[in-house]
Amino acid sequence: MSLDPAYLEYPHRRAGYDHDMYPYSALPTRKPVAWPDGKGVATWIVVSLEWFPITPSDTPFRAPGHMQTAYPDYRHYTAREYGTRIGFYRLLDAFAKAGVKVSVAANGAIAQRYPSVIRDIVDAGHEIIAHSTDMNGTIASTLSVEAERALIRESIAALSDVAGHPPRGWCSIARSQSFATTDLLIEAGIEYCCDWANDELPWAFNNGLINLPLNHELSDRQILNVQQQSVDSYAEQIIDAHDWLADEARSNGGRLLPLHLSPYIIGLPYRMDTFERLLETLAAKPDTWFARGCDILDSFRSST
Amino acid sequence: MDEGAADPGLYAFNPYRGRKPFAWPGDKKVAVWVSPNLEYYEIDPPANPHRKSWAKPHPDVVGYSHRDHANRVGHWRMAEVMSKHGFPGSVSLSVALCQHHPEVVADANARGWEFFSHGIYNTRYSYGMDEAQERAIIEDSIRTVRDATGQTIRGWLAPALTHTPRTLDLIAEYGLDYTCDLYHDDQPQRVNTTSGDLISMPYSLEVNDHYGFFIYNMSPREYAKTLIRQFKRLADEPSGTVMCIPLHSYLIGQPHRIGAFEEVLRQIAADSRAWITRAGDIADAWRSAQMGEAA
Repeated sequence: MSLDPAYLEYPHRRAGYDHDMYPYSALPTRKPVAWPDGKGVATWIVVSLEWFPITPSDTPFRAPGHMQTAYPDYRHYTAREYGTRIGFYRLLDAFAKAGVKVSVAANGAIAQRYPSVIRDIVDAGHEIIAHSTDMNGTIASTLSVEAERALIRESIAALSDVAGHPPRGWCSIARSQSFATTDLLIEAGIEYCCDWANDELPWAFNNGLINLPLNHELSDRQILNVQQQSVDSYAEQIIDAHDWLADEARSNGGRLLPLHLSPYIIGLPYRMDTFERLLETLAAKPDTWFARGCDILDSFRSST
Repeated sequence: MDEGAADPGLYAFNPYRGRKPFAWPGDKKVAVWVSPNLEYYEIDPPANPHRKSWAKPHPDVVGYSHRDHANRVGHWRMAEVMSKHGFPGSVSLSVALCQHHPEVVADANARGWEFFSHGIYNTRYSYGMDEAQERAIIEDSIRTVRDATGQTIRGWLAPALTHTPRTLDLIAEYGLDYTCDLYHDDQPQRVNTTSGDLISMPYSLEVNDHYGFFIYNMSPREYAKTLIRQFKRLADEPSGTVMCIPLHSYLIGQPHRIGAFEEVLRQIAADSRAWITRAGDIADAWRSAQMGEAA
């Protein structure tokens, strides 16, 4: 038994990455970032607002949170709708109470089906980020470039129609991209994506697109659903992260703390009190700059 | 190993009861070594017929970028905390990192860390290799680490824990003297090989940060408590035990985890029973303790 000789050839073994999408950069070697008012920790909340067709698609893959039982999966279809009808409005109220502006990564289908929700987001001063068409709109390199281009354009168009302006940011379902995605996003007028969780500050792709790293490890899905920890532990972990980053920021420049939320996860009654207390705790810290993705992008561009 | 045999014949059965206690240098009871995995995962690796690299079609953005966090952010944060509390690393190294990100390797070397091989890439598996191919990755590892750091590797942790029936014999033949791939003991033990002098160095899957966070789904503070309990128990037992803390900086170096981990290092460093050291030093001390007993 032996392997194909090519398995021991390494054509991309060289200085830097094994791809040409973006350059390597070690965090400690970068010019310190200055956020507005000398704040240490840009605290960026991203809420995913999603519509799951009861007829799930596995092409190119089934989205996280999608239907699980044989058709018709009432339990998951309705539990996801709960997030949009109930949980999301709990979150909007909590953000208003704490004076926090956030980014909402919305499926185009939310604008088409529930335009009043999009208007409520815009009226409250939150940012809309494009988050594909609906939860069947997953992207991977097994999707044709034409189909991917159409999906990106359809998502942006649907959201722009209702919001009154085009989104500046893009968040792929499950952060999954193809090798074509970043170029297609630039072509569609997108300024930043959130998919590459390889860093803790914004950075630029070689084609000019900015990545705002949306840490998947700190998402409510990862901590509460995947790892099955309690909401109290979730809040403790977020505060621990904030404290660590605030300490780093005092000597190394601004840091970024991303909180990725799903209304059908964090927006449940038994979790909301803890989440509201978390917002209060973060708001009371002098280092906190609650910011939308677009604010972080603008500040990053002006300080580097 | 005895290929095809039900018992692979890796080592002699040597139960814990009846072993003679011995002291580590400085009259310490438990040797503690920290093993950061400094890795490179390829974005579009060739397929190995025996194991898939990524769950998603390439690029697997979450998988790739999560590991990339180690080299951009995690390593630097983790290494600072380790140095602050006096813990050197014994690095499980994807040796191609010497080409891709020599900054990371140079930083570890400058901190006095030891290197052993974890294969060329963590996306190239040994499964299915013939002897010549396996010799090629061992020779590549020795040469690459020597060129990059001046160190001669003494140990091996198979890339992504993928082995062949020949691996242990081959690394022993090339003069490597410890393997981190066997999990049968809390002390070094001799390994049966056709030539050379190979011992098993207690590494750990159970308290590996990957297991803690993704197999046992621990919170950062639960993982920290686990490490403290592991340390205290090993320190309480008859002298001569080994505790390894295997790490991946894209996990332990996350901002919600590093603070709890720093507390672990602070507590172990303050315990006079701990010999805080590197894998090669443990191998040397264990061999001289065995020789002393034989004399």
